[in-house]
Amino acid sequence: MKHKLLIPCLLLLCFTLASAQEGTSPPEDTLLFDSASLPAPVTNLVAEDTDNDHGHAITLEWQTSADDGTGKQSVTMYEVFRWVPDLMTRIPALRDTLDYLKLRTGESWSEPEPGSRTDSIHNVFASLDDAALESKLESLEQTISQAIKGLPAAHATYPEDGEWQQVAVAPAGSATAADVGTKEKDSPDYLPDYSDFYYRVDAVTADPTIRTSSEIFGPVQSYGQWFNTGRLAVSVFVLVFGFFTVFFVYRARRGADLYVRPLAGIEAVDDAIGRATEMGRPILYVMGLGTADQIATIASFTILGRVAKRVAEYQTKLMVPAYEAVVMAVAQEVVKTAYYDAGRPDDYDEDIVFFVTSLQFAYVAAVNGLMLRELPATNVYMGKFFAESLLLAETGAVAGSIQIAGTDEIAQIPFFIVACDYTLIGEELYAASAYLGREPILLGSLKAQDWAKAGVIVLAIAGLILSNLAIANDWSWASAIIDLFRVVD
Amino acid sequence: MRRSTLIVMIVVLLLFVLSWIFKANALSAGEDNYIARGFLITFAAFLTLAVMSFLYQDNPFYKFAEHLFVGISAAFWMCMGFWTTIVQNLIPRLSTSLADFFQVPQQAGGLEPFFFTPVILGILLLMRLSPKGGWISRWPLAFIVGTTAGLNFIRYLRSDFIKQISSTFVPLLGRQWEGIGPFLSNLDLSATGQLVVLISNWVVFLGVFCGLIYFFFSKEHKGAFGFGSRVGIWILMITFGASFGYTVMGRISLLVGRITFLFRDWLGIIET
Repeated sequence: MKHKLLIPCLLLLCFTLASAQEGTSPPEDTLLFDSASLPAPVTNLVAEDTDNDHGHAITLEWQTSADDGTGKQSVTMYEVFRWVPDLMTRIPALRDTLDYLKLRTGESWSEPEPGSRTDSIHNVFASLDDAALESKLESLEQTISQAIKGLPAAHATYPEDGEWQQVAVAPAGSATAADVGTKEKDSPDYLPDYSDFYYRVDAVTADPTIRTSSEIFGPVQSYGQWFNTGRLAVSVFVLVFGFFTVFFVYRARRGADLYVRPLAGIEAVDDAIGRATEMGRPILYVMGLGTADQIATIASFTILGRVAKRVAEYQTKLMVPAYEAVVMAVAQEVVKTAYYDAGRPDDYDEDIVFFVTSLQFAYVAAVNGLMLRELPATNVYMGKFFAESLLLAETGAVAGSIQIAGTDEIAQIPFFIVACDYTLIGEELYAASAYLGREPILLGSLKAQDWAKAGVIVLAIAGLILSNLAIANDWSWASAIIDLFRVVD
Repeated sequence: MRRSTLIVMIVVLLLFVLSWIFKANALSAGEDNYIARGFLITFAAFLTLAVMSFLYQDNPFYKFAEHLFVGISAAFWMCMGFWTTIVQNLIPRLSTSLADFFQVPQQAGGLEPFFFTPVILGILLLMRLSPKGGWISRWPLAFIVGTTAGLNFIRYLRSDFIKQISSTFVPLLGRQWEGIGPFLSNLDLSATGQLVVLISNWVVFLGVFCGLIYFFFSKEHKGAFGFGSRVGIWILMITFGASFGYTVMGRISLLVGRITFLFRDWLGIIET
């Protein structure tokens, strides 16, 4: 009896559960996404050539989605798509084949790893002999070259024969992105100039399948600009500085007395050379680790010329250990010219300037040894110095030499100050070359620098007052003037 | 050579050999090439001590280390210059057959005849070895110095000059100045607090102003101008003092590295 009742009860329970199952419908908004559940699209999409560049880049701006950071389908990022013609998508594969053929026809060919990309290409060309491979290589190079040339025409076929490719991503809240390519035609990122590009921006939610595309914008072309207006301030300063230089050089050439305040370190050079002569000891001139293209080294050449000329006149011994080959060559020319100018060409010896090594601490070891063995009366350090500055100056002090140093390397100036008798700080090094030479060009450029510094002081004070007033009164025009000094890299 | 020097050299040589034997013996349990490895560690320790002996005075051991260091480094950089600059960078751009000969990968973009320019300049530079054509070597030198000076002019003007001006445009009263009352009541000594920002902005402005006066060469530093110049040199000296202390700490870490090598790798006193 009990069993007869149990069966209908179980059937009833199953029916009830089944009914309940059917009745448990999910909330309407999670069922499937219809148009109402998609995020709002970005609007007012505008794409234009990126300004102040060499081309190959497009800048996009848009108004963010209404669901950016809000709403049920909150936008988490924006994906930028560009329409790319099939021809452009085929080029990377052609390049892979070209690379394979170059490897195969070269000396360093070895069998590729099974299953690799090269292996799959190798399977196609494995049976070809060398002549056929060379022929293939040549024709493929022509094909790629023609394909690159045909890219602008291929872009003009929009919307036929192409696809949308993601080219940039911007986080939620952004209203701008850049599609930056390269001008290198061999690069997979090559972006041809003067080609019609079409863009769209997708507002994407946390679920990347739930997204809304914007309206398509195009065509837009990239191209390079002749002038970078972001560097307008630089060009103005170059012109002003150039004018000052020409003006003061002209004045110096006409015999105007251009005053330069005495620099203790430079005044001491002549005394130090005299001391070396009296003591019958050499003078050691160290140009540091700079290369011939660095300003400090160039200034050092001028000072070396002056020192060498005085040394030639006094018939004292000069030693110039060089760290770099080109610096050595220039220094030899400078010293040679100085000996000729002093009227003592016969005293010039090629070994006055000699190469040591291009390794920093090996150079220091050699120069330190030189100091203790030759015991120079005067050590002159002028140029670019790094961690070796204290090692050199300390050894010179131990050897009892008078030491005069000058560098524009700020981190090394303290070491020279503590260990040398005289130190030229930063720009004093450049001024020293003009002060010693008294040549119109150097004096004129020094005067121009001083005027430029005066201009900096005036501009700094004016800009400071203006920026403070702009902050206090919220003057946008003042901020615009200040922005002129913000140099775009 | 003096007798005392000879005795010291023999003693050092004996110590070197003893150290080598002990080090090789210590390494024999765990390393295959323990004799060679023992020699290298002992030799490195010897060179370290030889260089450090310079602190006492110039001596034959320092001279040995110096000449070894200079000779090896000069040869090393010459080889590096040839293999990295000429073979790896230049040849693949100029000749496929030479690239194959040196077994270096060819340039992806094909040959670049433009790179014959540095070759020609390099050859002209070597003309200085010729007694009659030495003057020709001045042309590449002029090219190197002239072009780089021109390029650096623009770079320095941008980074050191104009950016320096714009960096001086700092708010002297802080960004949100609401009067002396709120300023004093909200006095904050943290690095981002208004007082610290205000002081730092004034230091930036006065430092630049007085520093530029110091580096003004066309006027004698007397009177008010001289006062500004003296303030400028004080600011520079304080900066140099801070930089000195910071760099010396870095150098001490180098010394610690060498001492660690001697006591751990060589003598084995410090545990790894």
